[in-house]
Amino acid sequence: MKLMQLQRTMARAVMQPLTSSERMQRRAPDGGPMKRYASRFIKPNDRLTSFERLEIYNRQYWFRVLSALSEDFPGLRAVLGERRFDAMAKAYLIANPSRSFTLRNLSARMESWLRKNPKWAGANQNLALDIVRLEWADIEAFDGKAERALRPEDLANAAGPRMKLALQPYVRLLSFRYPVDDLLLEVRKEDEDTDFASNTFAEHRKRKRVRAVAKLNPAQIFLAVHRVDYSVYFRRIEQEEFAILTSLRQGKTLGAAVESAFRKSAVVQEDRPLKVQNWFQAWATLGWFCRPEKKRAAR
Amino acid sequence: MSANRFNGFTDYGIGIGLRAPHYNHILGRKPVVDWFEIISENFMIDGGRALHILDQILEQYKVVQHGVSMYFGSAEKLNREHLRRLKDLVQRTKTPWLSDHLCWGSVDGRYTHDLLPMPYTFEAARITAQKVREVQDFLEIPIAVENVSSYAEYHDSEMTEWEFLNEVVERADCGILLDVNNIYVSSQNHNFNPLDYVNSVPAHRVAQIHIAGHSKYRKYILDTHDHPVIDPVWKLYERAILRAGHTATLLEWDDSIPSFQEVHDEALKANKFLRATALAEAV
Repeated sequence: MKLMQLQRTMARAVMQPLTSSERMQRRAPDGGPMKRYASRFIKPNDRLTSFERLEIYNRQYWFRVLSALSEDFPGLRAVLGERRFDAMAKAYLIANPSRSFTLRNLSARMESWLRKNPKWAGANQNLALDIVRLEWADIEAFDGKAERALRPEDLANAAGPRMKLALQPYVRLLSFRYPVDDLLLEVRKEDEDTDFASNTFAEHRKRKRVRAVAKLNPAQIFLAVHRVDYSVYFRRIEQEEFAILTSLRQGKTLGAAVESAFRKSAVVQEDRPLKVQNWFQAWATLGWFCRPEKKRAAR
Repeated sequence: MSANRFNGFTDYGIGIGLRAPHYNHILGRKPVVDWFEIISENFMIDGGRALHILDQILEQYKVVQHGVSMYFGSAEKLNREHLRRLKDLVQRTKTPWLSDHLCWGSVDGRYTHDLLPMPYTFEAARITAQKVREVQDFLEIPIAVENVSSYAEYHDSEMTEWEFLNEVVERADCGILLDVNNIYVSSQNHNFNPLDYVNSVPAHRVAQIHIAGHSKYRKYILDTHDHPVIDPVWKLYERAILRAGHTATLLEWDDSIPSFQEVHDEALKANKFLRATALAEAV
């Protein structure tokens, strides 16, 4: 068998889902018996059949990717419950096998996939989507790129309605239908973090259980997921703040961003200047601003 | 013999894997450690805490990069994004050599994130060696390939695992990261004499040695990196350094990780063998 053919044959078996008792399926990817499929390319030894030897790799694959997904989404596990999460995770991984050299990116397509496959979350679809978006934003904020931050005095010297500002790449702006920040923080109290790749094998899948959450009442919130001293924080922001920051990220000028943010705002006219001033002060202090791409390149 | 062109003519001593549970201890207490090995993929990111920690470690310690997903043995082309990010990290760490596994793990762009065993064929050796050369050329540092633990063998194999390793490293003109625990694990799983393996390795190409613990099950052994090193593995280590000389040695402990001190103490047991070898060489 040519190398490519052998690797395709083995990968199909290794990536085929396990049975409910976490063993290799009796049926092979080609529809025939797995025993025959395995014996075509794997040698038996005095202790293990070809099937059993292949099964070691099949189980390791699923233990590894399911554990990675499970670590990425403790909040979603709490929303769906462990059993439903496991079934959903398996379906997600069948549809979205890893296409990256790093497991860090394994969850990148979860939001879009869950949106197209609402049956997994059922009545909790909106909550599930919210928590997935927050958990992915958390991953991106944790190891996203940081540019040199503009200091408050940089802004004070250059500020004007035609000024353009960029946001730090690691800052994520999100609006939610549920207060999922509180939910995730609560879940995490019970769930330790492990975020490192290694190359070891495990005999059993590692499971960390989270408690299923009680029903969460909807409440629209706006969040900036950001980091301070290399730790990620969820900062609740007002709708107008969210609008200004989103506009700035889209490349609008300061003046246009502020104007459009207050177009339908309930904030009374006379309160607006002070609010905007305080917001900018806070954002600058947190180091959220950096120079737009074009200016950085031109320097 | 240990400082050679495959480890950048360095003479590193005994290191341990840099793992998150030990960060506070290392940065707070600054223990004396010859060097740390990092898993490259954990630091091939754009920013954040991991890189910040790494930069602090780099200020005080020697660091060598070890990868888990280059998949030299995959029949498909190398992942250019992976290489680009790896080169960025190499420039940051200034690692004198870089290691990854003699295995495959991806096909048609899909990754298993596992170290799957190679068929020991001449075709596989040719393809693998070519990819090692490409990586070496791109990164502009010496590459060492590591033998993996395996749980399966293929009908297609045309040679032993150690003959395959030799075939690859000669064709690629690269170094070897000799994992004596992996040799032991595979020898038990495939019924061969591990000393035959150690004795067959071209000693002048050994850039580094790995030691680790494993777990024994009824019908096979798994490379779990969650136990101390057992005596038969130390014996292989002793034989390996007798052949290769005072070689950079690294203890891997990746699961159920004990305290920093416990891990470091376990690694330092290698000193007993390194001193004996040095004495033997002196006489």
